[in-house]
Amino acid sequence: MDPNSKRKKESPPETSRSSPFPDEVLERILGLLKSNKDRSSVSLVCKDWYNAESWSRTHVFIGNCYSVSPEIVARRFPKIRSVTLKGKPRFSDFNLVPRNWGADIQSWLVVFASKYPFLEELRLKRMTVTDESLEFLALNFPDFKALSLLSCDGFSTDGLAAIATHCKNLTELDIQENGIDDKSGNWLSCFPENFSSLEVLNFANLNSDVNFDALEKLVSRCKSLKVLKVNKNVSLEQLQRLLVCTPQLTEIGTGSFSQELTGCQYTELENTFNHCKSLETLSGLWEATAPYLPVLYPACTNLTFLNLGYAALQSHELANLLRHCPQLRRLWVLDTVEDKGLEAVGSNCPLLEELRVFPADPFDEEIIRGVTEAGFVAVSYGCRRLHYVLYFCRQMTNAAVATIVQNCPNFTHFRLCIMNPGQPDYMTNEPMDEAFGAVVKTCSKLQRLSVSGLLTDLTFVYIGRYAKNLETLSVAFAGSSDWGMQCVLGGCPKLRKLEIRDCPFGNATLLSGLEKYESMRSLWMSSCNVTMNGCRQLAREMPRLNVEVMKEEGSDDIQADKVYVYRSVAGPRRDAPPSVLTLSGL
Amino acid sequence: MAYEGDLNLKATELRLGLPGSDEPRKKSTPSVRSNKRASPEISEESRTRSNSSASIAENGDRDICAPPAKAQVVGWPPIRSYRKNCFQTQQNEAEGTCMYVKVSVDGAPYLRKIDLKVYKSYPELLKALENMFKLTIGEYSEREGYNGSNYSPTYEDKDGDWMLVGDVPWEMFIYSCKRLRIVRGSEGRGLRH
Repeated sequence: MDPNSKRKKESPPETSRSSPFPDEVLERILGLLKSNKDRSSVSLVCKDWYNAESWSRTHVFIGNCYSVSPEIVARRFPKIRSVTLKGKPRFSDFNLVPRNWGADIQSWLVVFASKYPFLEELRLKRMTVTDESLEFLALNFPDFKALSLLSCDGFSTDGLAAIATHCKNLTELDIQENGIDDKSGNWLSCFPENFSSLEVLNFANLNSDVNFDALEKLVSRCKSLKVLKVNKNVSLEQLQRLLVCTPQLTEIGTGSFSQELTGCQYTELENTFNHCKSLETLSGLWEATAPYLPVLYPACTNLTFLNLGYAALQSHELANLLRHCPQLRRLWVLDTVEDKGLEAVGSNCPLLEELRVFPADPFDEEIIRGVTEAGFVAVSYGCRRLHYVLYFCRQMTNAAVATIVQNCPNFTHFRLCIMNPGQPDYMTNEPMDEAFGAVVKTCSKLQRLSVSGLLTDLTFVYIGRYAKNLETLSVAFAGSSDWGMQCVLGGCPKLRKLEIRDCPFGNATLLSGLEKYESMRSLWMSSCNVTMNGCRQLAREMPRLNVEVMKEEGSDDIQADKVYVYRSVAGPRRDAPPSVLTLSGL
Repeated sequence: MAYEGDLNLKATELRLGLPGSDEPRKKSTPSVRSNKRASPEISEESRTRSNSSASIAENGDRDICAPPAKAQVVGWPPIRSYRKNCFQTQQNEAEGTCMYVKVSVDGAPYLRKIDLKVYKSYPELLKALENMFKLTIGEYSEREGYNGSNYSPTYEDKDGDWMLVGDVPWEMFIYSCKRLRIVRGSEGRGLRH
C-alpha cells in the first residue's frame, strides 16, 4: 500500500456518514493521540474512526511477536515509522527457554522492507537477531534512526559494524544486556568521518576495547549527543576527556570508573563533573572506589535516576553519595550496601519512587550478607512515594511487609524475591501468605506482583479476591493445590501475563483459565503437574489460542514440562523448532 | 550453568546424602508433587544433594514443609544471565573492596565464605577460622607447618596449586588466595615435603 496515496473510496451520502469530519481532519486529530491504549479504544468506535486511527498511527507496540504476523500489521497500519517488538517468554532470561526457540526478527524485516521502507525506529526485547538481519536493516531502510536491543541474542559485533557503517541518519544505538558475541570493538570505528547525528550511544555492556581515538572524535562531532554510556574498558582519564566535549549529557554511563589518578587529574575530573549540570541519569561505576565517588557529587544535583546495579558499594559509600542526590526518583543498587545503606536511602531520598536491590552473590548460599527485611522497612518509612520495588533478599517476615505497605500503599509493582525457594517467615516460621495478603489488600493500584517464600493456597485466594488491577503475576515454588490458582484465574479481571514455575498446579488450573486466556497476552507454566492431555484439551476447546509445549530431553509423553499459551490472530506458528510441540488447531 | 562450570566442584564435592544414595532421581515424580509443594527442578550435577533432601521433604510435615536443600536450581534466583556472568568475572578477579574466598573444612557439610580484606594478618585469620569451625589449628612454623593440632589450613593460589597458609607474606597471600581448605593433620603435613 503506498502510504502517500489518498485512500478515497466512494464516499457514502452525507446523511449516513457516522462522522461529521472529513477523513483527513479525523486523522489529524487522532494523530495527536500517543497512548496505544487510547488508540485501541478509539479504533473501536466505528469504522471511520478505525480507519482514521490506522492511518494516523506511527508507532506500533507488539508485546508478543507471535500474536500477529508482520503482514497483518502492515495491512492495518500503513504508516508505521517506529516498531517495538517483544519475543520470547520472560523466563528465557533465566535459561528456561531453549536457545533455538524462535522470535527471529528477519521475517519481520523482510515485510517491513517492502511495506515500511521509511521505518525509523526498532526496539526489540527478547528477540533473536542475527548479523545478517542487522546488515539487512542497515541496507534497506535509508531513514533508519534508532535501534535498541535488550535481552536479544544471535548477533555479534559484526552486526553493529554494519549498522555503524550504513545508517547515515542514526540517532540512537542502544545495546543493553544481550547475548552478544563480542568479537572486537572495531564496530565503533565504522562510523563514517562525516557522521554526526548520534544522540544516544550505549555500549556499556560490551566487553571489547573500542578505539578511544575514534570514540573521542565521534563524541566531539555529535553535537546533539544526550546519552553516552561507555563500557568498562574506558578509563577514568578517558571518561574525563569525553565529558569535556559533552557537558550537555543527560545520561552518563561511566564504565568501570576505576584508575589511579594523580592529584592534578583528580582535580580535572572534579571540574568536568562540575560542569555536567544537565545530568538526570547516572550508571556504570562498575569498579568505583570510595576516594573517587566524591567527584560525582556536584553532578548529582538534578539526578533523578541512579543505577548502581553493577557497583558493589558499601553502605557508607552509598550514604555519602545519596546526600548529594536530593531529586532522586529511581535507585538501583546491589545488596552490598546492606540494610545500613538502605537506611541511608530512607533518610536521603524523600522523592524516591522506584527501588531495585539486586543480589551481588545470588548463587552462593553460604553468604549470609545482603539485605534483610529491616532495610526494606527503613526505606518504606523514609520514601512514602515508593511505588515500584524489586527486592532480592534472604529473609523476610510477614510483619515487615505489612508495615511496608502501610507506609507505602501506592505500590504498582511489587516484586519480592526471597532467594531460598519455599522459605517461611524466618521469625514465626509461618508461610508468607499474610505478607502478600497485606500487599493486595492495601495496594489497590497494584499492576505487577512477584511472590516468593513459603506460600499456601491462601496467598492466591487473597490475590484473586483483592488484586483487581493486577496485570502481571509471577509465581515460583508456591501453592498447595489447584484451588489457589483457580481463585486467581477466576478473580483478577485485568490479568494479562501469568508465569508459573515449579508449583503443584496441574490441569485443573490450566483449564480453569479457559475463559480468560483470550484476554491475556500469555500464560507460562513449567515444572508443574500439567499433562499433555490437559494441553490437548485446552487446544481443542480454544482454537484461537496457540498452545505450545517445550519438551525436555528424556521426558515422557505424559507430562508437559513447559507450557506456553498465548492468543494469536496469526494462527499456529510455523517456525517452531522440533523441541516445541504446537498443539493448536488439532 | 556458570556456577558448576567455573569451579569444577566435582572433585571436592561434599555431599549431604548417605553413602550409596547417589542414584539419579527421575525428573517427574507426580506422586511427590501432587501432595506436597513441588521440589525444585534439579540440574544434573546437584542431583546427589537434592536426592537426600527430597526424602526429608517427603517425610516432613505437610503444612509446613522444610525448604528444599540448597541445590542449584535452573534459572533461580531469577537473575538475567548477563548479570550472572558479570559477577562471576568480578569475583574471579578479586578486585574491589571485598575479597571473598570459600573456606571448606574436611568433614564439614557446608562451606563458608570469608572476606580476606577484613583481616590484617595470619594470626587474625587463623583465629577467625578456629572460631568459625570450632577447631584448633595451632601455631605456624616455617619448618614444621602446623603442629599441635589435627588441622592444617591450606589454600589454592592463582596458579591452581595448593599451598600451606603462612608461607608467603600476608599481602601476597590475600591477592593470590583463591580459596581455603582446612585439611586434617596428616594431609597438611604432606605439603611440607
